[in-house]
Amino acid sequence: MNKVHTPLFHLTKRTNLSRSGAWLIRLGSFLAAIIIGGLIFVLLGQNPFEAYQSIITGSLGKSVALRQTIKIAVPLLGTAIAIAPCFKMRFWNIGAEGQITAGAIGATFFALNFAGKIPSMPLLLSMGIAGALCGAFWALIPAVFKAKWGTNETLFTLMMNYIVIGFVRWLQGGPWEGKPGSQIIPNFNPDAVLPEVFRIHCGWIIVLALTIFMYVYMKYSKHGYEIAVVGESHNTAKYAGMNVAKITIRTMLLSGAICGLVGFMVASGANKTLYHNVADGVGFTAITVAWLAQLKPFVMIVISLLLAILDKGSGELQTRMGVPSSISDIITGVFLFCMLASEFFINYRIIFTKSHKKEAAK
Amino acid sequence: MNTIVSLLYNAVLNGTPLMFGTMGEVLTEKSGNLNLGVEGMMYMGGAIGLAGAFYYEKMAGSAANGIVAILIALLLAFIAGAIGALIFSFITISMRANQNVTGLALTIFGTGVGQFIGEYMRTKEGGYVVVGNGLKNFFQASPFPKALQDIPVAGKLIFGHNIFVYLGIIIAVIMAIYMNRTRFGLNLRAVGESPATADAAGINVTRYKYLATVIGGGISAIGGMVYIMTIAGCVWNHEGLAGEGWLAVALVIFCLWKPISAMWGSTLFGALLIMYLRVRLPIPSEIYKILPYVVTVAVLIITSLRKKKENQPPESLGLSYFREDR
Repeated sequence: MNKVHTPLFHLTKRTNLSRSGAWLIRLGSFLAAIIIGGLIFVLLGQNPFEAYQSIITGSLGKSVALRQTIKIAVPLLGTAIAIAPCFKMRFWNIGAEGQITAGAIGATFFALNFAGKIPSMPLLLSMGIAGALCGAFWALIPAVFKAKWGTNETLFTLMMNYIVIGFVRWLQGGPWEGKPGSQIIPNFNPDAVLPEVFRIHCGWIIVLALTIFMYVYMKYSKHGYEIAVVGESHNTAKYAGMNVAKITIRTMLLSGAICGLVGFMVASGANKTLYHNVADGVGFTAITVAWLAQLKPFVMIVISLLLAILDKGSGELQTRMGVPSSISDIITGVFLFCMLASEFFINYRIIFTKSHKKEAAK
Repeated sequence: MNTIVSLLYNAVLNGTPLMFGTMGEVLTEKSGNLNLGVEGMMYMGGAIGLAGAFYYEKMAGSAANGIVAILIALLLAFIAGAIGALIFSFITISMRANQNVTGLALTIFGTGVGQFIGEYMRTKEGGYVVVGNGLKNFFQASPFPKALQDIPVAGKLIFGHNIFVYLGIIIAVIMAIYMNRTRFGLNLRAVGESPATADAAGINVTRYKYLATVIGGGISAIGGMVYIMTIAGCVWNHEGLAGEGWLAVALVIFCLWKPISAMWGSTLFGALLIMYLRVRLPIPSEIYKILPYVVTVAVLIITSLRKKKENQPPESLGLSYFREDR
């Protein structure tokens, strides 16, 4: 048979997909991820329904668990909010981890040196400001080099993480060490600890306020518009008379400042001390939160809660079923892969090539 | 003299995992794919390579053969990394998703898989998972006869390393010849520089991208296995492995996308990683340990300042190719 080689299908860009259609596709990919995750549990010889059930009960079942889940979600959401404008600008800031840590250092400086000397309220305020400033400073360094010389920001921001984390290790064993030889910084004075609202440190209120702020900032402000244009094309931005370097630096300052605030909240609200693992991978997971949410602040609330449920729930999985809790990273990865792949079906349409006879009959 | 020999020797030892990671990523990036999942793939390779050697020894008992164990570990690590890279390739090449985010997702996934397997083996085997001393020796000792190793200075520095050092050098040389002297290599570079031009010239862009990324991922993952089986002493050690993959990604820039330079670059970084143990300086060791990362930052800055034409990344690095978009 002499067959002419025709491709089975070809692709075209979609332009007219409705919003509900897009979210339907995303929901489909979410279900696909749940099914693949279930298959992983089957592979491990566990009942997938039981596994998912213990994730849900372990994270939402009791009010204690629920509070802990929210506590995990707070820094995730805050950092995702911080990263969103950078990613919108196509500036790959993977240094949130370090900016959080830098913020925590700034906050801890005030907590250790001024607790008991000034009242709680101004103390907390100065801790927050110091945190934001330190985070912003740590973000500023790579931003300046990117803006002036195009230095690769992905690796630069990443290396800044290791540098600041090493610095905290030194602080822990050196100038800020509590009991000599303990390698531990003493717990904060109660004055330097964030008050609780509904028995969760009030960081959650700050983060929700930041979410609203970021929504307005990205959607309705001139800055937000500039960020979007720079993200689409540097040349377009330049042509429109925008100062790309200035926008890059300004956006990174904002992003770093919010990360620094998160660092302050984690150190003061959740840990009540500073240690080298204060960021605990949040900087990386938050990237996925931001991206899965399509950089939309309100959707990030849902995604960060979802990942927090997975994180907290897999702890339960470990105690109850003996499955190592790192399963949560695997499942998170699967979710990400599915969501990333689903964008394809939103952006492109697959057109199956009709056979030649039909084509000729037309 | 002894200090210098020992520093150099250990620099090579600690640089070898980086060398594999870097070489794999060089191959990947030459096709225009920026895979930030090296860290994840190295975790996968490390854990699965260790599992392979451990369970092989458990099954074979005292009959376990060192060469077979090495081959199993190599093969499994390669496959693990290749699978990770295949997921990456499918999502970025076929599904055209953003390479940065997909790479990060692969890092999260891969570190999760590595950690999971490491912990799972430990709980299942009820304690430490470590390969026996006989096999360990095969992984860690030099493959050359003792007479050669006993030559003063040169013996230790040329013949004294573990087998993976020599394997890495062989791969680097093969890669350099492949990329610079063969038609396939030329095609691969064309794909990385300008996929549209390559496509017009009749080169199958998708196939080249897939092959380079998958093989590159496999090579990177071997680096993780080498770390676990040599430096970490055949025990799962995620804290030690953490950051190696990211240093490898940085080294790719440092080496200007040249496999041969990956040898020198990784040795230099191997030295930086262990200098705080070998060369005393009047600074606290925790600050000293930051050194490799500070140097990486300096390297990034310097390479961006000197904008030489031949030192640039592949032109289309990080961009997905859609034929109908042209």
